Amino acid sequence: MLQIKDLQAGIEGKEILKGINLTIQPGEVHAIMGPNGSGKSTLAAVLAGRSDYEVTGGSVEFLGKDLLDLSPEARAGEGLFLAFQYPVEIPGLSTINFMKTAVNEVRKYRGEPTLDAAEFLKLMKEKMNLVNIDKNLLTRSLNEGFSGGEKKRNEVFQMAMLEPRLAILDETDSGLDIDAIRIAAAGVNAVRSKENATLVITHYQRLLDYIIPDFVHVLYNGRIVKSGGKELALELEETGYSFLKNEMNIA
Amino acid sequence: MNDGLSTIEQQITSDYKYGFTSNLEADQAPKGLNEDIIRFISGRKNEPEWMLEWRLKAYRYWLKMEVPDWANIKYPAIDFQDIIYYSAPKQSKKLNSLDEIDPELRRTFEKLGISLDEQKRLSGVAVDAVIDSVSVATTFREQLGELGIIFCSISEAIQEHPELIKKYLGSVVPMTDNFYSALNAAVFTDGSFCYIPKGVRCPMELSTYFRINAENTGQFERTLIVAEDSSYVSYLEGCTAPMRDENQLHAAVVELIAMDHAEIKYSTVQNWYPGDKEGKGGIYNFVTKRGICAGVHSKISWTQVETGSAVTWKYPSCILKGDYSTGEFYSVAVTNHHQQADTGTKMIHLGKNTRSRIVSKGISAGVSHNSYRGLVSVAKNASNARNFSQCDSLLLGDRCGAHTFPYIEVKNNTAQVEHEATTSKIGEDQIFYCNQRGIDTETAVALIVNGFAKEVMNQLPMEFAVEAQKLLAITLEGSVG
Repeated sequence: MLQIKDLQAGIEGKEILKGINLTIQPGEVHAIMGPNGSGKSTLAAVLAGRSDYEVTGGSVEFLGKDLLDLSPEARAGEGLFLAFQYPVEIPGLSTINFMKTAVNEVRKYRGEPTLDAAEFLKLMKEKMNLVNIDKNLLTRSLNEGFSGGEKKRNEVFQMAMLEPRLAILDETDSGLDIDAIRIAAAGVNAVRSKENATLVITHYQRLLDYIIPDFVHVLYNGRIVKSGGKELALELEETGYSFLKNEMNIA
Repeated sequence: MNDGLSTIEQQITSDYKYGFTSNLEADQAPKGLNEDIIRFISGRKNEPEWMLEWRLKAYRYWLKMEVPDWANIKYPAIDFQDIIYYSAPKQSKKLNSLDEIDPELRRTFEKLGISLDEQKRLSGVAVDAVIDSVSVATTFREQLGELGIIFCSISEAIQEHPELIKKYLGSVVPMTDNFYSALNAAVFTDGSFCYIPKGVRCPMELSTYFRINAENTGQFERTLIVAEDSSYVSYLEGCTAPMRDENQLHAAVVELIAMDHAEIKYSTVQNWYPGDKEGKGGIYNFVTKRGICAGVHSKISWTQVETGSAVTWKYPSCILKGDYSTGEFYSVAVTNHHQQADTGTKMIHLGKNTRSRIVSKGISAGVSHNSYRGLVSVAKNASNARNFSQCDSLLLGDRCGAHTFPYIEVKNNTAQVEHEATTSKIGEDQIFYCNQRGIDTETAVALIVNGFAKEVMNQLPMEFAVEAQKLLAITLEGSVG
């Protein structure tokens, strides 16, 4: 469903992604690991369509469409979801209102009828149970005053609400303790299906104990330098990224 | 794909969804202002001698006054001899159907969710027989009359209730108060009078009545509301729908009087023509609004949503005279393109144990300027006075301005006065976050702005809150790329 070919991108004239190749099929979970500054978050931002990043080469096809040609909201409409590493606060806007707008905008994009208040509440209750989130959190201003764990859980809830074809989790584990990671991961697993794919971006292996990947890719200096199964993540955990650097230098 | 700010600049293209129509046939006075014109106005309204004298006194005082220049606004000097001060409220040409209305205007009506019948009334289409607005209005009036509530035009009140008018008109905003209040006292032709007797709780939002009954609002409006002991009234002025008006200068005066344990809630939604995006045309809105909490435990609450006018100059204020009285001011002021707003409040604490609360939310876009100007004054004998003020500004783009001018005068050392102020910008990251959830930029701005203004919007009568939310979105349409 996602085909990234030789993707090159940067910010303010600085090249960060230097030719990424990655193919993701429905039902698969891919993990991208790598040291800080390797381009992990840039990849997520470019796929979601953040305007401060400039694509300088390559192509991305998503469900048969040229992803790079679509606006960020159209990408969301096509079924691409990004769980943010740093979710943004919007004072005075509750998650419920935010999601009601988002769900209906996406439905409009897909030519589906919008949900009325009762239908929306029904959907919301179902998803709240699925990802185990408290209603009080959803009535508060979006992400304002949320703990790190609450913010990430809220991202997972939004993902469940929008039922994306491809979910990108950008460092969803960062700043969370092991209990919070477990809760977030349980939510992600609850939403997984054969039709949907997940791209997990993480620095540490520990999140992958709970979201088991089919493929692990190591991103280093703007390129995927190694790909393998879930055992690659364990290998990295043991040896660290410095081992990788040495290997690269020899090669 | 980059360079977010220039996108913002490029996208400031939204126009006021409405143009002027000029088909008024007027029975009107010649241009200019002199004592004969005032006699003409008073004569046309068949006013008693005392009213004419009152007007003339105001006029003579006005002649000696100067145009105030302390506000943070700039506009060309107004030629007061180039204005027509009396124009009989003749109906403009009736349109036959909504199809004759500017499609842009219709689109705005639809966005606001205004009913077809009301659309017709607002745009001057003859309302068909299905809803007879006159009879609905009459029904309301009868219902109010049974409770002893008087609600009529100010002209009617001068004829029918001279004792109340003599007692209260100009008692809160004296004709000598300022340049525009003096002018208003001399030439006002229109406005409302509302009297709630002792112990009566007005059973409906007077907006309900207003929306059905309102004719084109006048250039120099005069409103007077008196709430007797232990009474309550909620009044809504204005309309979320675009107001068409030929007159560039508006100088209204509103006076509120709350006796012991009485409460008056006064809400305004102001959407006069703001001028085009180059800043041409647009209404100058110079308003004096003031209420007095005359009795103990009385309360006056002002809520305003200001989105229109080229220049807004208004400071709805409370004189907290009665012990334990409360004054509140909740304001959202939005300026776009070349609009200028200098608005705020004055809370004058005179009685003991008086409370006031100020929540002001200013939103600026385009090259507009938005100022909050507020005074909190605690008199020598006003022991245990409390005030809390919060002034927040939200900027869209980097060519607009937000200014805050808080004045605090405390003459009693038991007073507690708190002031908080913040300024923020709508961030590209907030918009991107919304975009990523499938929400386009225009809708994202509306969500963020309404979140910002929520505390004030919550104060609006329910029926207007939803429309006012949409109005904020329409006013800021296209102001962020």
